[in-house]
Order: sequence, then structure tokens, then C-alpha cells
Amino acid sequence: MTAVPRPHDRPDAALRAEALESLLLERGLIDPKVVDGLISRYENDVGPMNGARVIAKAWTDPDYRRRLLEDGTAAIAELGYSGPQGEHIDVLENTPTVHNVVVCTLCSCYPWPVLGLPPSWYKDPAYRARIVREPRRVLTEMGLPLDGDVEIRVWDSSSEVRYLVLPERPDGTSDLSEEALAALVTRDAMVGVGRVTSP
Amino acid sequence: MDGIHDMGGTQGWGTVRIPPDEPVFAEPWEAKAFAFGALSARLSGQNLDAMRHAIDRQHPYDYLVDGYYGRWLGCVETMLVDSGVLAPGAVDARARRLRGEDVSEPPDATPHRPEYQPTAGGSLREIEAQPRFSVGDRVRTRAHAHAGHTRLPRYTRGHVGTVAAIHPAQVLPDTHAHFIAENAQHVFAVAFDSTELWGDDAEPFALTLDLYADYLEPI
Repeated sequence: MTAVPRPHDRPDAALRAEALESLLLERGLIDPKVVDGLISRYENDVGPMNGARVIAKAWTDPDYRRRLLEDGTAAIAELGYSGPQGEHIDVLENTPTVHNVVVCTLCSCYPWPVLGLPPSWYKDPAYRARIVREPRRVLTEMGLPLDGDVEIRVWDSSSEVRYLVLPERPDGTSDLSEEALAALVTRDAMVGVGRVTSP
Repeated sequence: MDGIHDMGGTQGWGTVRIPPDEPVFAEPWEAKAFAFGALSARLSGQNLDAMRHAIDRQHPYDYLVDGYYGRWLGCVETMLVDSGVLAPGAVDARARRLRGEDVSEPPDATPHRPEYQPTAGGSLREIEAQPRFSVGDRVRTRAHAHAGHTRLPRYTRGHVGTVAAIHPAQVLPDTHAHFIAENAQHVFAVAFDSTELWGDDAEPFALTLDLYADYLEPI
């Protein structure tokens, strides 16, 4: 017997979630309206569109950009974004010579108020394990080959500090409004595994 | 603890794939697991660090097979059982009954939520002590972990880095997760050269972690 002994008929996750819900409901410990409200908030209101607004404003308002890099939490709160997993947010500026990329190797800490809940690739053991060991190779595999002279900085979110990457503004976008710019900004660019491209 | 959750630098996982147009929750149960997780500290009388430790303690096999929200489900059950809100085996028995198995449910447990009162909301704290290190100081990380919760990943232990920034003080997860004390202390952004962590053949890059004062010693 060398296989790890685990129950072969363990109820699946959907059934266990239903079981947990029924146990909590019959004890009066959860309010279905609160549960539904939480789910709806993170499905609809808290997501990368918030971070995209922060980035677009930083691209168009030099004073905001300065405030954002000095005190990310406060500058982000100016736009109304704060809450769980956003107690202290630092903003990392990508430049033609410096590329920042963010991970949480121990769980999957992520700046919820600006990016919402983490995507599956961010929680993938392959990302958590490898980006701190061979970031250039991983970024290339993920579609972001970087020039050899670009300095890579990897940030492992090991405390309650959360990180948001300020990507480079793409060329040819000087005529775009803040709103149009926000529509270009991707979640992946704000974690540091993608870049923002011109429309 | 040295667990499956501490993944930094481990090998053999293959390539990272980015699925296009991914929904926030792939299945309805994932949304429920998220909501229960978000409420778990309140329901169990515990805290965020205890929640992370309850994830760390999932069986390594389950940790990998269950995925992210499956782990949330598992950790909520662990927290509720640890606090006596649910009896051990209660969730499994109810799930089996839901699928038609004739199993009996365990009698209710006696709630014994931890004697724990946070001094403030969240994890940041104002403290009077001056930061133990300054920007530019060389520091060495602690070489060994204890059996409980910690936020000092294995791949950075016993290594030398440079303090790059001083963050606000935060409660120490190592004691807070176990309801021993908040132990609020400064957190330092410490930058490591990739060769310090992975040897001379490493790709050139800098790696920064946010490390609690207790994890560091001066050189």
C-alpha cells in the first residue's frame, strides 16, 4: 500500500457546500441575503474594471500618478475602492527597463478592491511555484517575452501588503479619453503577466 | 508549518495556462464556498490568519484535488469544527444524507470559540516601537519554521537580503493564527537576488517579500 489513503466515496464539493449551507441555515448562523449579496458584489461590482480606472487616471493625470506611487491605498480610495484584501496597496510602476510581476506563493493573496477575486492561473500551483524561480521563462510561456535587458522584479505577497502593477501606457493612445484608456487595461497587465496594447 | 501550500520554487508543475473569458465562479458551489469563507472568521470567532492556517492544514491530497474554492470549503469546515460550532463529521454526514445514504448525523458539539479579542479591525496596527531595521540594511531570514502558521516561505529561509522598504506594522500571523497574541510589528520589504535563492545558474532577477520583524536577524 503506497497510495495516499483517502476516502474513495467522499461527497463532492457541490454536495459538501450544500451540506454546510443547510447546517448553517438551520442553526440561524447565516442570512441567505448576506450570502447572495457577497456573491453578487464580487461577481458584478468588485473586479479588474476598478483597477483599470485607477491605471487610466494615472496615465492621464500626472498629479494622481504621483500620489498613486507615493501612497497607493489613499489614491485608490480617492476613486472609492477599498475593503477586504486592500488594507495597504502599493503600486509598482513598469517602465521600458523595469518589469514588475506579482504572486502569492503561500496562498493566493490578491488586491481584491482593484482586481476582484483572483483568476485561475494566479492560483495555479505552476504559477505560484515557478514565477519566483524562473520568471522570464514563465512570462514567455504566458505570452510576454521580455527583452534581455529588462530588469525583472518579482513580488511575493507574503504579508497583508497587496500590489498593483502600473503598466506602461501603449503608444498611439494620446487622443484617447480616460474612459477609453480604461477599456484597454487588462487584469493580466495589472498583475504583470501581460502588457496593454493599442486598440 | 512545512506544508503543501508552501509552493514557491517547487518543480514539476508544467506550464501555466490562461483560460480566456473565465467567469468569477466556475460553479455555483464555488460562489457559496467563497461567501462562507468570507464569513468564516465571524462564524467561528477566529480570524484571517487562522483561516489561512486552516487552509495550510488541509490534507496535501485534498489541497491539490479540491482546488482553490474547495480549500475554502475545507477550511470553513475546519474552523467551525475547531470552534465547536459543528461536530466533527457533521458536513460529511449531511452531504451523504443529501445524496440518499442512510447515515446518522453526529450530535451537536458544544461551541468553544477561542478567547480572542482583536484590538482593532483588520491586520494593520499603530505601534510606538521604532522599526528594527532601516532601508539598506542587510538581513538574514530565520532558517527554520515552527509547526504552526507562518508567512516565511521555505524557499527564502536562511537567506540574506536587503531591506527595500518599511511597511506599516501588522499583527504577526505566527501568533495571531493561534490566538496567542497580536504581536504587532513592522513588516519589511526585503529584496533578494535570484542567485542567493537559486544558485549561480539562476535567471537574473530580484525577488521581494514582505517579512515580519521576527523573521529577520541583522547581519
